[in-house]
Amino acid sequence: MNTGIILIGVAVILVLYLVGTYNAFVVLRTRIQEALSGIDVQLKRRTSLIPNLVETVKGYAKHEKEVFENVTKARSSLMGAGSLQEKAEANNQLAGALKSLFAVAEAYPELKANTNFQDLQRQLEDTEDKVAYSRQFYNSNVLEYNSKVQLFPGTIIANMFGFKAAEFFAANEEEKKDVKVSFS
Amino acid sequence: MTLYSQVSSNKWKSFFIFTLFIVLITGFFYLIGLYYGDGMGYLAIGLLVSLFSSFISYFYSDKIVLLSVRAHPADKEEYFDFYTVVENLAMADGLPMPKIYAIDDPAPNAFATGRDPSHAVVCATTGLLQLLNRTELEGVIAHELSHVKNYDMLVMTVVSVLVGTISLVADWIMRSMWWGGGRGRDNDREERGNPIFFVLLIIALILAPLAAMLIQLAISRKREYLADASGALLTRYPEGLARALEKIGGYPRSMRSATSSTAHLFISNPFKKNEKGSWFTGLFSTHPPIAERIKILRQL
Repeated sequence: MNTGIILIGVAVILVLYLVGTYNAFVVLRTRIQEALSGIDVQLKRRTSLIPNLVETVKGYAKHEKEVFENVTKARSSLMGAGSLQEKAEANNQLAGALKSLFAVAEAYPELKANTNFQDLQRQLEDTEDKVAYSRQFYNSNVLEYNSKVQLFPGTIIANMFGFKAAEFFAANEEEKKDVKVSFS
Repeated sequence: MTLYSQVSSNKWKSFFIFTLFIVLITGFFYLIGLYYGDGMGYLAIGLLVSLFSSFISYFYSDKIVLLSVRAHPADKEEYFDFYTVVENLAMADGLPMPKIYAIDDPAPNAFATGRDPSHAVVCATTGLLQLLNRTELEGVIAHELSHVKNYDMLVMTVVSVLVGTISLVADWIMRSMWWGGGRGRDNDREERGNPIFFVLLIIALILAPLAAMLIQLAISRKREYLADASGALLTRYPEGLARALEKIGGYPRSMRSATSSTAHLFISNPFKKNEKGSWFTGLFSTHPPIAERIKILRQL
């Protein structure tokens, strides 16, 4: 009689733990997906700003064909990127191409004085920050999820229902935010 | 202490402050009632008044505070850096986008208010926005957003409204005693004029604002260090906030629109020392010294 009650009690606790952990995994996984789509929104915003920028710069610096080609190429590869890793790589490539575009723009004082260009530059810089911050949010969510999935005893339940560790969105070394000084 | 235990401790603290406030005000009214010979009647009034102002301060404290510091909404066009920095950091912290307000004041300062993250408000002075560059502004905003995330601003805002109410009530009592004392003499009632109640009343009058000030002191110092640290975790760049604090601390003048009941909301004490009337605020300092905060940030 008594042992029966104890056994039922233990079973109830186990089931409650199972349900709780399972639900926590689902919540965390959904949050990761949401964070990922947050990154996508910013990447899309970035790609949509670029044609305008290229047109504006072209009006002043026709001869810098190579730079434009690099930017356009990086942009289309970012738009075509499917997996997380491809996206991260394409994003870094685009950041590099944009950097050289802005470096080129330095040599054209009229371009730099153009308000349209200034506005685009400001918006692109802001979008770059947004990409970095949405990535940071994504990665901190992945960190929380992964440590729950991989640590004992959660890992048993994770294996039972097929919760796998998620992938981090890697940042480029040179793109990492350290010192950001602008003299403009 | 993890974020979640911070959040629940802040919610408990707000609850405790509300309770304390209600007990304090009701007791206060009861004493006055005894003095006038109608203890229960005054007790009921006190209970009503304190419940009502607790309700108001929970739901409308952010608006009251914004009104009292004369803040106006900041749009993206005019305040591009401010707006986008808040937007970006809220994104990084997984918070809904707070409302953004600016105060026209040359003294650099900022605060956050609102009862929970989805009703949050971030507010900065125009002086702050002019003085800081984007990286430093990020440091300050990250500090404010960590107040939002761990519900500090609930406690802080509620306290500022309740403290305001207490000083209002104390002021009102003081006046009514002044006037009522003269009139009462003709009525020839027995209870009033009892010296014991009179002494009690005086004690309560002095203690209430003092207690309120102490609440303010007790809840705000450690909070600033904590918000500095979690803000630095958000931007991954403690030096930004350290430099911002240096600039804010180096500014020589006080804020025009801050009062002693809103002082503890700000990232740095809005009242500067060595100015007229500031010995009192110095006595109840609500902020840890800036030099100490910068030192800790540089060690991170």
